[in-house]
Amino acid sequence: MKGDVILNVSKKEYESIYQKHSGKSKLYITIPKAFAIGGFICCIGEFFTNMYLYMGFDAEKAAAYTSITLVLLSALFTGFGLYERIAKHAGAGTLVPITGFANAVVSPALEFHTEGLVLGTAAKMFVIAGPVIVYGIFSAFVYGIVLVIIKAFGG
Amino acid sequence: MARLLCDGTVELNGGVSVYSYGSAVGKMEGDGPLGACFDYIAKGAELGKETWEQAESTFQQYAFEIALKKGSFIKDDISFIFAGDLLNQCTGSAYGLRDTSLPFFGVYGACSTMAESLSLASLFADMRLGEYSAAITSSHFCSAERQFRFPINYGGVRTPTAQWTATASGCCIVGAADKPPFVKSFTTGKITDMGVKDANNMGAAMAGAAYDTIKRHFINTKTTLADYDAVFTGDLGQVGSDTLKELFERDNISIEGKHEDCGLMLYDREKQDVHAGGSGCGCSASVLCGHILPMIEKGELHRVLFAATGALMSTTSVQQGESIPGISHLLELSDN
Amino acid sequence: MDMIMEYVWAFLVGGTLCAIGQLLIDLTKLTPARILVIYVISGVVLGALGLYQPLVDFAGAGASVPLTGFGNLLAQGMKKAVERDGFLGIFTGGFTACSAGVTAAMVFGLICAVVFKRTDRTRQE
Repeated sequence: MKGDVILNVSKKEYESIYQKHSGKSKLYITIPKAFAIGGFICCIGEFFTNMYLYMGFDAEKAAAYTSITLVLLSALFTGFGLYERIAKHAGAGTLVPITGFANAVVSPALEFHTEGLVLGTAAKMFVIAGPVIVYGIFSAFVYGIVLVIIKAFGG
Repeated sequence: MARLLCDGTVELNGGVSVYSYGSAVGKMEGDGPLGACFDYIAKGAELGKETWEQAESTFQQYAFEIALKKGSFIKDDISFIFAGDLLNQCTGSAYGLRDTSLPFFGVYGACSTMAESLSLASLFADMRLGEYSAAITSSHFCSAERQFRFPINYGGVRTPTAQWTATASGCCIVGAADKPPFVKSFTTGKITDMGVKDANNMGAAMAGAAYDTIKRHFINTKTTLADYDAVFTGDLGQVGSDTLKELFERDNISIEGKHEDCGLMLYDREKQDVHAGGSGCGCSASVLCGHILPMIEKGELHRVLFAATGALMSTTSVQQGESIPGISHLLELSDN
Repeated sequence: MDMIMEYVWAFLVGGTLCAIGQLLIDLTKLTPARILVIYVISGVVLGALGLYQPLVDFAGAGASVPLTGFGNLLAQGMKKAVERDGFLGIFTGGFTACSAGVTAAMVFGLICAVVFKRTDRTRQE
């Protein structure tokens, strides 16, 4: 009859059914891959830091140049469509390093070029990475307030 | 004259035939197990177009042109077009078919759109409203990805339950004719929300709807699974298919051996990186037009159910924490 | 030998930070964007508490390249800015600290958008 309940199963029961059939990530594969590729990216960073130190920059400048270099490399890999291919295997290994941040900025910039350089590329550039900057800056801001208070009362 | 049997099931008895049909797919779909079945296989997904959206529209245009050609039709033989896709405001269809200057209904049923548009086109044919009507749908991996998920070059991680949007389009031209496959009846889907909130697990969100529609069709037409050669679901993928199987097992019905899922048929999951299987309006449409309809026409299948499935969500609704309602529209197809 | 150990530690510490991220992806429903936000906030907090800098001194790029290092950089920059400019530093410290990386990403992103053509990912060779 019209309006009869055909699917006689509670949402909870339904969840237990589909969860049983939902494949889980194989941690013994994903974790070592993320570890190895993430570690490797950090080693590349270490190599550039040493190179810039060798060129005579101080530690702070060497670190900044390292960031810039990694961002550039990531942008190139993203542009050639290679970053995504590595990321498919690396998971968090390519997400967590600063190269992942660069990929999150460059990929929408490239993707949304078809909607124009202003409303596409520029407006969508921080669609993924924006939250990182907002919350990074905000938490640093909170830390700054704490520092000022400590300075006023304690220092 | 079409007749409402009960609760969404409409019986057609005007000899409605899927007179002609065409499919156009991307390279990946062409490399899949059904590759040999499709009428047009592109070298990539771009078709030389500036944007992914234009490429999707072109796939739809190709499918329509192929179906016209295979049925020896000219464009003006078509009285109505029912078309849909996944893009915002159904622009894939609007731009793909804007040069046809034919009466056009844009329909949306997410990935179930092929069954929805074919139901309506068949109904029009049964009512003899015009001679022939066309049902067309498409989807495109890249245009769907940039709308629903991330930019193509972003290294986001796909979960094992995620599905791969097919780059494909299918077109059916229906009319009253004495040539199989015939559309015997259809059951309209109900919005079925099983409380699934994970946008990366569409199969789970849609399996309940598929069960509801298939079961309802059995009840309303007083048939059982044994009356059919096969039941094809749209794009439940591995998770949804296994869930559907278990839901039927609770009724002591084993759909094993009779059930096939277009999302699982379109790709080789061992070799192609599509996780839980294919999805998208074009997935069920291309499998219907490339594989199912030819088999019925050749008499290799006699009586089948085609239940396309869709997830009625948007990125906004998911971000707002809404659960994902599913829907499944079903058609009964037969060779006599 | 020191040279080699330096890379080994960078690899191990960097790898571990990434593996933790992978655990979050696989075992929780957190999206990549949320995980990155968690990382950067953790970096700021650990940096503010003075716990992260020793790790950077020890593991070098292994600690500074992951996004927690980015957070630490923000915290260190804020500290310096407040010491130098007082109250105004609260408003300038964060962006000053991360300006190199963010500017690089922005500029290279813009250049890439113009130079590169979109890639067709359905060609899974």
